[in-house]
Parts: sequence; structure tokens; C-alpha cells
Amino acid sequence: MVPFEVRRAHSVEEAVATLGSARDARLLAGGMTLIPALKHRLSSPSILVDLARIASLRSIESTARGRPGLWRLGAGVRHAEVAAHPGLNREHPALCALAAGIGDPQVRARGTLGGALANNDPAADYPAAVLGLDAQILTDRRSIAAADYFRGMFTTALEDDEVITAVEFAAPRSAVYRKFPHPATGYAMAGVFLARLASGDLRVAVTGVAQGVFRWHDAESALAKGHPLPRLVREDLLEDMHAPAGYRAHLAGVMLARALEGFPLGEAG
Amino acid sequence: MRITVEVNGAARSADVEDRTLLVDWLRDGLGLTGTHVGCDTSQCGCCTVHLDGEAVKACSLLAVQADGCSVVTIEGLAARSAGREPGVVSGGLAHPVQRAFAECHALQCGFCTPGMVMASAHLLRRNPDPTEAQIVTALAGNLCRCTGYVNIVAAVQRAALLVRSEGMQR
Repeated sequence: MVPFEVRRAHSVEEAVATLGSARDARLLAGGMTLIPALKHRLSSPSILVDLARIASLRSIESTARGRPGLWRLGAGVRHAEVAAHPGLNREHPALCALAAGIGDPQVRARGTLGGALANNDPAADYPAAVLGLDAQILTDRRSIAAADYFRGMFTTALEDDEVITAVEFAAPRSAVYRKFPHPATGYAMAGVFLARLASGDLRVAVTGVAQGVFRWHDAESALAKGHPLPRLVREDLLEDMHAPAGYRAHLAGVMLARALEGFPLGEAG
Repeated sequence: MRITVEVNGAARSADVEDRTLLVDWLRDGLGLTGTHVGCDTSQCGCCTVHLDGEAVKACSLLAVQADGCSVVTIEGLAARSAGREPGVVSGGLAHPVQRAFAECHALQCGFCTPGMVMASAHLLRRNPDPTEAQIVTALAGNLCRCTGYVNIVAAVQRAALLVRSEGMQR
């Protein structure tokens, strides 16, 4: 690793200020992606801003305030905490199951929701849920709709010195996540998050298949009309040593079919 | 950065370079070489230690991230379970998971064993009666290139029996 300095932030404001103080400063959340990247010198910041001591980022709250099923998850919440949260498991088991399937137990003990969203790996699991739930990504300065947030491979709407503080979403009527994990890395070769939102709308969000997470609009409208599922056609399908583009597109259809098994499609609102 | 970490029950302070990995500080700084570095890319789990009670991969953490925290390594697991001074390991009573690994022949070369034991001990503290599937899931972050995992799973099942009958501190 190229030498760097770790600065511990004790508040979001302090983190924003430190992040803005040097062009190549970076945030350190759980570090499950960043530290391996530092070792490979894929990233060589001069300053790392450690977010782990900011207590306000660590909460999981049901922020109902009269609205049923509204949840706010702090950006520093770890995957294992989401997987095990009793209230979330009651209202939104699909999200807990998704978190329980990220990486391995040691990674889930450290990796965070905010870190996963800021990194926006094209094969990460959380982006599919956040997009599929029409969630809001809250930062130190604004609220960003999931539809505007994800901008393709490792790219987001975040400004250079912007810090994610929480993710807010309404629990869906029903949701399910199905992925085909790469046998060695566990990353999604294709992952489909299918949700019936509180509004009654259907969402199909797909990860692992293209340059970034996306809504599969053709599948959403086919399901709404009761038509057969379409083939996935996109210009930006991933193609690498693990799988050609056509295989990944096919896998997305298989994962959607698996997600639909037992899914209550009939209750359109 | 100056750090103070409780390692196997004893406060240890040191000046470390900010980029020092926790596993390197444990091994090179404190001489606790029971924690192994298998891959250095967070795949193999040989470097698993407990950080504030959670099983984590010490190759993917900076030592400064553990500042103010409690770390237990494979050396501390045996000592505490035998009621000995932290850090003292001898031929005394090992941790139930360690005894079960020996009894069930859950290792061949032994390189992955410290990480397997730490991950298994963490599982049993949360879930003293895991199913085979739960054991496999809990060990998904630990690779063994010798055994084929059959005896490792058997050892965790055996350890669960021992823990349920004897109790376990860690």
C-alpha cells in the first residue's frame, strides 16, 4: 500500500470537511472493498477519512410517523446488522435475506450499506434493492432518488466531498431477491430484486448483468399486463472471462423466473 | 498513529504506521503468529480474529481501525478457555473447538485451522446448536485446501456438543 494518513471523523460535518480538504482524500467505511483495492494500488489516496466512529450513522429506525413501514437505515449499518434486525425481518425479509447473502460472514461483520452504495460495484447486491424499492439516498446535503443516483460502473451522483448518511424507503407489499452468485467470489453474475411497492407498482431491478444496476422496464410492463417475460436486450451487457453477454442476459431471465415463484403477482393495486 | 488495543485480555499500545494491517501488527508487532496470512486478499479466512466479539478478517482491517477495541486471536482463545493468564498457551485444556478439531481430525496441513477455529467459535457463541447448513454458511469465508471440509463440519458439530455440556467463555 502506498502510505496514507487515517483521519478519524467524529461527525458527518467533520468527515465532509476532511474529505474536501485534499483532492485525493477518500472515505473509509467498512473497508471490505477499499482495503483490498489499496493493497493492489488500484486506489492510492493520501488521506482516508474513517467513518466508523460516527454513532449517528449506525442506526436502523422505523420512521413511521403515521406512515406505515417507512424505514431509515444509517449508512454505517453493517450487512450482518441488517440481516439480523428483528423489525426489518418482520416487515422486509427480502432486504434481510439480501444482506445475509453478501460476501461471507466476516465481510458482513464489517461491510456497510453506505460503503456498498458509494462504491456501486456493477455486481453488488444492495444497489438492486435500493433501486427496486425506489429508495432515497440521504447525504449530508440532499436527498437523491435511487433512479438518479446510480450512474453506471463504480459511478454515482455523489459529489467529491459528499457523504451518504442514510437510506430511506417504504417497506414494499412484497419483495424477493434472487441471485446467481459466482461460485468463487460470491458476487452476483445476475441478481434480480422484484418488488411490489406500497403504491402497487411493480419493480424489477437487475444487478451483475450490465455496466450498472438498472430497472428492467420491459419485464415490469410484461408482468403488469400478464404477458410472457421478454428477453433482456441492452447495449451495455457485461462480458468478461466469467460469462459472455448473452449468458448473463439469459441468467437475468432465470433469476426473474425464480423470483416470481410464489410471488403474489395477483394483488396489483 | 498511537493505538491501544486489548489483545487477548491485555492492553497493548503501539505506534503504528497508518497503513499497517491488523494482521501484520498482531504477527510482526506482537509476535502472535498463530493468525495466518493465507491469501492477503480477504478470500481465505486464515487471518480470522474476533474484533469486539465479531469474527473478522485481520488482513482487511487496518490496525488503527482496531484502536480502542478488543481483539482475540487463536492464542487467546485457548488461554481464556483454560482459565490461564491471557497469552499463555501450553498443554492444558484447549478451547472446545480446538479439542474437537483434534478429535475429529479436522485438519491436515493446519494452515487454515486458526481461522476455521475462530470462525467456528464465533458461530457457537451465537448459535450453540447449529445445523450442518448453518455451519457451512458460517464457514463460507474460510477456505481449506486439504480436508474437503467433511471433518471440519463434523468437528464443529462435536464442538457444539462440548460447548453445550461444558459452556464456553468465548
